[in-house]
Amino acid sequence: MTLLAFTGARIVDPASGHDGPGVLVVRDGLIEGIGATVPAGAEVIDCQGAVLAPGLVDMRVGLREPGEEHKESLAGLAAAAAAGGVTTLMALPDTDPPLDEPALVQFVARRAAAFGSVTVLPCAAATKGCAGRELAEMGLLKEAGAVAFGDGRQAIADARTMRLALAYARAFRAMIVQHPEEPSLASGGAMNEGELATRLGLPGIPAAAEALMVARDLRLAALTGGHVHFAHVSTAEALDLIRRAKADGVRVTCDTAPPYFDLNETAVGGWRTYAKLSPPLRTEADRQAVVAALADGTIDAIASDHQPQDTDAKRLPFAQAEAGGSGLETLLAVTLGLVHAGALTLPAALALLASRPAALLGIEAGRLAPGAPADLVLFDPDRAWQVREEALVGARNTPFDGRPMQGRVLGTWKAGRRVFG
Amino acid sequence: MAQTGFGQAAGRRRHLLGIGGLDPGQIRAALDLAETYISLNRKGGPRDVLRGRTLVNLFFENSTRTRTSFELAGKRLGADIVNMSTSGSSVSKGETLIDTAMTLNAMHVDVLVVRHDQSGAAALLAQKLDAAVINAGDGTHEHPTQALLDAVTIRRHKGTLENLTVAICGDVLHSRVARSNILLLTTMGSRVRVIAPPTLIPTGVAALGVEVFTDMERGLEGADIVMMLRLQRERMGRAFVPSAREYFRFYGLDAGKLARAKPDALVMHPGPMNRGVEIDSAVADDLQRSVIQEQVEMGVAVRMAVLDLLTREARGNA
Repeated sequence: MTLLAFTGARIVDPASGHDGPGVLVVRDGLIEGIGATVPAGAEVIDCQGAVLAPGLVDMRVGLREPGEEHKESLAGLAAAAAAGGVTTLMALPDTDPPLDEPALVQFVARRAAAFGSVTVLPCAAATKGCAGRELAEMGLLKEAGAVAFGDGRQAIADARTMRLALAYARAFRAMIVQHPEEPSLASGGAMNEGELATRLGLPGIPAAAEALMVARDLRLAALTGGHVHFAHVSTAEALDLIRRAKADGVRVTCDTAPPYFDLNETAVGGWRTYAKLSPPLRTEADRQAVVAALADGTIDAIASDHQPQDTDAKRLPFAQAEAGGSGLETLLAVTLGLVHAGALTLPAALALLASRPAALLGIEAGRLAPGAPADLVLFDPDRAWQVREEALVGARNTPFDGRPMQGRVLGTWKAGRRVFG
Repeated sequence: MAQTGFGQAAGRRRHLLGIGGLDPGQIRAALDLAETYISLNRKGGPRDVLRGRTLVNLFFENSTRTRTSFELAGKRLGADIVNMSTSGSSVSKGETLIDTAMTLNAMHVDVLVVRHDQSGAAALLAQKLDAAVINAGDGTHEHPTQALLDAVTIRRHKGTLENLTVAICGDVLHSRVARSNILLLTTMGSRVRVIAPPTLIPTGVAALGVEVFTDMERGLEGADIVMMLRLQRERMGRAFVPSAREYFRFYGLDAGKLARAKPDALVMHPGPMNRGVEIDSAVADDLQRSVIQEQVEMGVAVRMAVLDLLTREARGNA
């Protein structure tokens, strides 16, 4: 039997609304409760005024194992998650081979579980091979542990296939996660379309590519009664469509990722390929719209959209470089920037990072409820540090390289066991 | 001219990666030096400015005209010239660009002239190279020496680069020549118009300080300079325009449309020309109006000037 008592923390549990001092007691890896005293025989962990919160639930993480282990192995992913305070994550299916087979879904979850620091819940392929044509075996994949369906970094482009996927997933109470980008408009594009792309001589991706796909899929969700979830929404236009659809009762949810509320397209100046993302970084007006949509509840979750790439994939002319940035280790700090700026309260920010994505995925995580696994993150919301790619434990392709941050993870616990700090 | 010298700093030294970032003083210095080289070249006097220096022409895209022009410029300055053609060789792929830079460093190259089909390729090389990099065209980004040679040509005919009305016509979307010329001419105080079908106008181009026209005749009204751009035939395939004949009808420069410009308007083209697509032969070959041949001569002088300016620091007589 192990008994832990976390003392001296500001305990924030967005699900229950608890925000204040207390003693969090953990017995045998499970949360016993938040009390006022340290039980006899407990090992005391003095939090020294830092914030203790549920471990983060990151609902969009790119996997490179199997297939591209040189970019990031599952071991590297587990270490990066622990360093970022992430204790549960949803992994995308666009590995090589893609996660369209029950055995592969089980393999990934089991292999990640062996590291003991993070629960990896696969988002299985919505279509076979993530190819966008035939539906994958959603029922069997769900039984194998999949928590949602999507085609990863590929949009489900064909309208009929999307209709079928949304309808079919209803039977298994699962959502379809869409990469909202109309491929025929975006194809060949390297960055956000506009003045800067014109100056750099780079082919652009118009904001309309996102809005078009969102508008289409909202209609298909209404038609089928299915649940569509839009990943990494980045434009004002798309957010307006989602806001209205929510008011109309369409089953739609969405997330965004830190680059889209912290950076804008100017980050790619000088052909910085680490800032080449998919979707591309947008205009400052779009960035502000994302912040507003986080504040008004239109956006349901903040996910890292962690997409590891190695230097060979990034040290290329901009248009030839791979898209994607690593994000697990900067997820909390960048989000705390919104708290420091006054755009979100700390409990609201933590809800977007933990309890709300957990509720979306229908999983027992992201809250400090008695009986729940003691997945915890301890952080100093004010500690200053600077992102340096060489100091990251996981993939180094961060779009935030060099950026000063305020707020740092001090410790991470998975089921009561300290896995970081 | 700024004390920091000519061109853009990157990595360990200065390069010419684009017109963007040059101030009017830097541009004027390059043009003045080019004028000096024009007269020296006509006197035939051999020069030894770059004696013992190595210039590498690294062309990832085929270009007889620009490569020859740089080669001639380097030879007239006494440099040792190596032409590296990359089609079909190990450096034909973008993946090896950094490796190429490392190889060139090991060879102690002084100046690298590079053309590449990817925007930003010259800047990427500049970060890694010990040599001065001259961008001889990178994707759809910039082609700075072309804009400089166009500027010399214009200045010799019009006496100034200020307050001229310059119409740039054609495939602006895919043109690095257009971008460099827009940047140079607006920096020097001229009014620039771009004229193209809407499908070939880049988004946000007006923010570069140009006026946009889709009606060529209106756009040419009162122009001092008519600068034509090449329409690459492969653009037809991607259906930016329906056909060559439709393009020529509405956006090809013929005597009728040219009549809208000022009577002494110059006609320019960076070459190679698609006769009957963007320009009518009668206009292209009209020696009263067309300075297309003269542009070629200016090209050598401008490149000599740029080679001279960029190597001054290394030669120790800045």
